[in-house]
Amino acid sequence: MPPFWIMIAVLALATAGFLLGRSRSIRMVEGNTRVLHSRPTYHGWNVVLFTAIPALLLLAVARFLEGPGWLMWAALALALAGLAFSLSRVAPEFRARDAVERIVRGILIVCSLIAIATTVGIVLSLVFESARFFQMYPWQDFFFGTEWTPSFGGGSRLGMLPLLWGTLYISFIALLVAVPIGLYAAIYMSEYATPRVRSVVKPAIEVLAGIPTIVYGLFALVTVGPLLRDWIAQPLGLGNSGSSVMTAGLVMGMMLIPFVSSLSDDIINAVPQSLRDGSLALGSTPSETIRQVVVPAALPGIVGAVLLAASRAIGETMIVVLGAGAMARMDLNPFEAMTTITVKIVGQLTGDNDFASPETLVAFALGLTLFVMTLGLNVLALYIVRKYREQYE
Amino acid sequence: MTDAASQPPRPVSPPAAPARKSLLVEDARTKRRNAAERRFRAYGVIAIAIAMAALMFLLFTIFRDGSSAFFQTYARIPVAIEAEVVDPAGNRDPAEMQKVLTMGYGKLLENSLAAYVEQNGIEVEGLGDRDLSSFFSSQARADLRDAVLANPDLVGSVVEVPAMTSSRVDGMFKGRVTRESAAIDAKTSVAQYDLAMGLQERGDLRTQFNWDFITSTDSSDNRPEAAGLGVAILGSFYMMLIVLVLALPIGVAASIYLEEFAPKNRLTDAIEVNISNLAAVPSIVFGILGLAAFINFMGLPRSAPIVGGLVLTLMTLPTIIISTRAALKAVPPSIRDAALGVGASRMQTMFHHVLPLAMPGILTGTILGLAQALGETAPLLLIGMVAFVTTYPSAPPEGFFEPASALPVQVFNWTQRADPAFFERASGAIIVLLVFLLAMNLLAITLRRKFERRW
Repeated sequence: MPPFWIMIAVLALATAGFLLGRSRSIRMVEGNTRVLHSRPTYHGWNVVLFTAIPALLLLAVARFLEGPGWLMWAALALALAGLAFSLSRVAPEFRARDAVERIVRGILIVCSLIAIATTVGIVLSLVFESARFFQMYPWQDFFFGTEWTPSFGGGSRLGMLPLLWGTLYISFIALLVAVPIGLYAAIYMSEYATPRVRSVVKPAIEVLAGIPTIVYGLFALVTVGPLLRDWIAQPLGLGNSGSSVMTAGLVMGMMLIPFVSSLSDDIINAVPQSLRDGSLALGSTPSETIRQVVVPAALPGIVGAVLLAASRAIGETMIVVLGAGAMARMDLNPFEAMTTITVKIVGQLTGDNDFASPETLVAFALGLTLFVMTLGLNVLALYIVRKYREQYE
Repeated sequence: MTDAASQPPRPVSPPAAPARKSLLVEDARTKRRNAAERRFRAYGVIAIAIAMAALMFLLFTIFRDGSSAFFQTYARIPVAIEAEVVDPAGNRDPAEMQKVLTMGYGKLLENSLAAYVEQNGIEVEGLGDRDLSSFFSSQARADLRDAVLANPDLVGSVVEVPAMTSSRVDGMFKGRVTRESAAIDAKTSVAQYDLAMGLQERGDLRTQFNWDFITSTDSSDNRPEAAGLGVAILGSFYMMLIVLVLALPIGVAASIYLEEFAPKNRLTDAIEVNISNLAAVPSIVFGILGLAAFINFMGLPRSAPIVGGLVLTLMTLPTIIISTRAALKAVPPSIRDAALGVGASRMQTMFHHVLPLAMPGILTGTILGLAQALGETAPLLLIGMVAFVTTYPSAPPEGFFEPASALPVQVFNWTQRADPAFFERASGAIIVLLVFLLAMNLLAITLRRKFERRW
């Protein structure tokens, strides 16, 4: 019997247990449920929890850790035992509600611990595999090497700096696009726009954030890349590559506009009206008020928004995979193809890999670097935003 | 005596009397300030215009490039099913006929096309065998073979089945291949172009809606015209199912605990900081986690919806938790007080009163989280969802463990292929993806509108 059917059987037992437990409690007091400590439903639920939870846990362990076959049957037996045990406990004075609530509380706690477990899983998998990588490849060469030439035959040079350079360069261009546009859009929406315009423009800009990045990636590859190459790069003699830092940067900047604008919009709206009124009363024009009062007051929040956008840019994958090319190089010309950390993580880990070679394991070291970088930016951004929020509350 | 006294008193000049002017006349400074004001406003308008234009341009190009993927050119010419080709043994035994490979059926199509050209007197200069043989998709041969094997009575007769043309011929009717480009392209020729136009003139080459694009499986590099999204849609659906079944209960349970029951201590603080950080971890890192934890450590199969579903669940959880907590917070304390006041336990208050009221908000957040998960690509690349899959996975739960593709990954997969016809497919797949996302977002908005309330 496959585990699926055992699971169905356990669930069926639990359903039967609910009905049995409920009716048994009612029968015990001959229909006078006021005598019961807990309502009959709780007696039912108590039986359900005792029947299903241990059995399902055992089943999950047996399935995923590929334990011996009899473990599956043990799960079914466990369900029966739980059913019998909990049914025997039904009694008018039994505090079924407290028992159920204790168990439910336990389940709630376990669920919220999953967040911690995820982080621990991320850190462990990154650190363990990176450690294996650094046993095979000197860390100085990884962090300070300026050459990235992996070859699965051996003798690869896995210097991270060209990838880091590409990542930062593309992110810089993306922010150069997203920050002014996002910021001015946010200022206009929160300070000038009528409610009607705002109710159209704000969701329209947020649509940009809901579009999957693969769509931007294809857009960069098929439309923006050739456009930039034919109209700018080739006439100016800056190269003839469709994939370039500029392509990926422009498209990524487009994707980041709503991150900057929505966050900045909220933050600008949170600046108290009294500050504006005071400035206007002194004779400032609205734009002077915005530039000299509102934006400085909102600045920490805006900086936080920009940092969040920056961490998104650094971790963005699909746009750069499709738009920036795969050449690891350190160049200043934005119309050259370059590559980023995320592109190389994908590159080293797709296909048939041998998880004992440094060429594959380097992806985990790159992932660790990326994780630390974005985590640092996020923590900094959250810190700045929180610190700012305390000022007006 | 002070120093000041020793100095001669400074003549006090009266303040320059301002020139008396009407308030209605702008002076230079006011003009400058008003101009700055106008400029500043214009910057805002320009910024919004750029953002909107970028969005429009993006959507426009995707639809322009992709909409043709939903149409396909088929030829309707009489095909003679010659007995000596498909049934050399002559006994109409399907088992014997199995031995004839699809190549043999290609011969039938070629011969019929040549006969058609002759009959209708289409004059094409330099029409060679290669132009005839590459006119149809190799899918057309396979289709014909399947039809004949399913119905051996067809042998010896002349049938008129729609035969799928190759991607180049198809491209001629979608503007991708012109007479000039056909001359340069090694895979097609001017003769083939003229032949296609000749067929079209007689109304025997028609472009029709291509259901196969949505239902059939992926295809190999040399027949982009036959590639479909079926497996990808099914795989995405399986993954969304897993995400929904796991992320919604776990996310809601975690939020309930953190919002209502958690004591304020180090552990819950750590959990909270963790969740906001997890929401901002780059998605590719979740892919690395999936690869290391689910595939390398637990030994789950690569490229299977179960692994993709688990990875996306972990990614979606923070989104669901954050929106659920907001929804729970929005339920006014008076509801809780009233329930507690009539003697409900805290758990009863939560599950019988607060949770039902917060449910619309939770659902909205969940749908948006699912939409985000549906479009995610990078983590799926790492767990091997790029595999070339040509068979549908079976029904759940076994299907969760069988190789499948996913919509966004299929797009990526097609962009990595050389034939330009695959770009059309990729854009078409993106349209399908965007339609799903639009539907989900509309559902979320409708739910929000329907249940929106003010307390």
